[in-house]
Amino acid sequence: MLSEHPSYEELTRDFSWSIAEKELEYTPGDIINIGWHCSDRICHKGKADKIALYYEGFGGTRKQYTFNDIRLAGNTIGAFLLSQGIAESDRVCLFMDRIPELYLSFLGILKIGAIVQPLFSAFGDESLFVRLDNAETRAVITQKKHLSKVRKIRSSLPKLEFVIIVDNVKPSELEPGEILFSLENAEPVEKFEIAPTRAETHSLLHYTSGTTGQPKGVKHVHYSIMSQYLTTKWVLDLRDDDIYWCTADPGWVTGTSYGIIGPWSLGVTQCVLDTGFSAQAWYRFIENYKITVWYSAPTAIRSLMKAGDELVKEFDLSSLRHLASVGEPLNSEAVIWSGRVFGKQFHDTFWQTETGSIMITNFPGMKIKPGSMGKTFPGITGAVLDPVTFTPIGEPGKAGLIAFRPGWPAMMRTYWRNEEKYREKFVNGWYLSGDRSSIDNEGYYWFMGRDDDVINTGGHLVSPFEVESALLEHPAVGESGVTSKPDEINMEVVKAFITLKPGFTAGPDLELEIMNFIRKKLSPLAMPQAIEFMDTLPKTRSGKIMRRVLHAREWGEEIGDISTLEND
Amino acid sequence: MEENNLNEMKELIRNYVIKEYIDDDDTTITDDTPLISSGYVDSFSMVSLLVFLENKFKIKIPPSKATPEAFDSVNNIVALVNQYLNK
Repeated sequence: MLSEHPSYEELTRDFSWSIAEKELEYTPGDIINIGWHCSDRICHKGKADKIALYYEGFGGTRKQYTFNDIRLAGNTIGAFLLSQGIAESDRVCLFMDRIPELYLSFLGILKIGAIVQPLFSAFGDESLFVRLDNAETRAVITQKKHLSKVRKIRSSLPKLEFVIIVDNVKPSELEPGEILFSLENAEPVEKFEIAPTRAETHSLLHYTSGTTGQPKGVKHVHYSIMSQYLTTKWVLDLRDDDIYWCTADPGWVTGTSYGIIGPWSLGVTQCVLDTGFSAQAWYRFIENYKITVWYSAPTAIRSLMKAGDELVKEFDLSSLRHLASVGEPLNSEAVIWSGRVFGKQFHDTFWQTETGSIMITNFPGMKIKPGSMGKTFPGITGAVLDPVTFTPIGEPGKAGLIAFRPGWPAMMRTYWRNEEKYREKFVNGWYLSGDRSSIDNEGYYWFMGRDDDVINTGGHLVSPFEVESALLEHPAVGESGVTSKPDEINMEVVKAFITLKPGFTAGPDLELEIMNFIRKKLSPLAMPQAIEFMDTLPKTRSGKIMRRVLHAREWGEEIGDISTLEND
Repeated sequence: MEENNLNEMKELIRNYVIKEYIDDDDTTITDDTPLISSGYVDSFSMVSLLVFLENKFKIKIPPSKATPEAFDSVNNIVALVNQYLNK
């Protein structure tokens, strides 16, 4: 079915961000608060009793919340945070699985004008420490199951005053500074004064990995809702009666921009499934909740492909109306497969933590070119730039750097306390995405890869530097070089090349020990899925490990210029 | 396989899963507890579990057989390992 909206060409021709401002009833200079817009405003529009969230956890636990419920929950959590002395601009970390408290706390934190710092709950203690330390986070909201990781690093985080636990811990087991908070037992707060946040007030701090240095905190503001609202409406094509499922975890930007802000700012019902991946469970979830719009990731889609076509036939998935994908390039086979088995093709989208909202997309109603990311969203000026001159390449099909003219509402405002890195992202007035693509003669973008060493595994960015640094903390590791290797499901996975210190012997047990060391320290995503022990690593004469050589070897590419390679 | 050996294998795998993947001391893992579909072990971590099994039992499990379903409980894992023991 084609979109109900005007065509891509019409929307592009007449585009202005004031369309979103008007629909969200916002006048420049007004108070604007994402927490309020996603709950109170929807209630004011007569949808208080409409379901905002269907939640299903492992073992069939089910909960549901109306927009009035999430409004009250946001108020109640906000009031609790204020009662503890948490104030505007404080960073409050959400370190939880996808339980309702995660989504509801998100609203509560924003309502008091504090900054939400969502972190993936599978992060190990080192990953957690680096991000909490950098943000000088004042409070962490977490679950008992993740408490041990927080406790392990707590004494090294002097700015972390509060650890708030939302589930069952016996009060006698609490350590100083730990507080129990049960939403179910708290008195609902009906009337709550929303913090007078403005367009440029900070709202979110998402962390992203780079090639070098520690992860960077990407600062977003409340005005970002304009981009997230309009892209959700037009690209994900959400309508009032839709039942929407975004499979992303809010520890990552997709899970907040399109797993909370987008659907709720539109007053649309969304579903959350908080279990491990299983093709059967996913299909059953779509069938049970009659999901109409599904926003997922290529890794998941390829895993579903692997589970086979026959399984799809066991479920009634006829409710599906629109499918979209994000996180990494969606291969043409997956697009064609979804068209065959679901009767709907996935629409690929491209954007980043820094852009905050969808930048390039296969627009509903527009011809899908399988394997292409589509065209720029209306109002977005994009180009591929020559990597030397940083000027747009006019020639169709020629590869260059994906870049955008800054100015859309959800664009990051800076990297947290790292203005220098932020400025490096701009050249000649273009924001450099760090990805490469070409543009064909019809304006479709075709992804070609990263422009740096960052590893995109299963749609998540992993810094080789971070993994190399962590590897060096293992007693057996002398030197390390980290790159990616091809993977059928995740596109690429982490691979480590290691030299050992004297006295250690390479072998499968040591390999496993190192894998688990990184998994626990950083995250399962960062864990090398393969380790190769080497006598020496390729280095420049100045001693820098040449990841490029390791990468070329793994991917069967030309090594290129190795004139700076150290002679053994 | 003899029952004693089977039980030893289950205990070995169960203890490894608890030690490596379960942070909360109060979580109970039985031989039937779903590991992957419950989210206790994610798909990335499954690779380290595979390496553990291959190292410990001196077997090679083909990638096509290392599925989330085959790793979804201690009992399933034992059944998988048994297919490749003595091959």
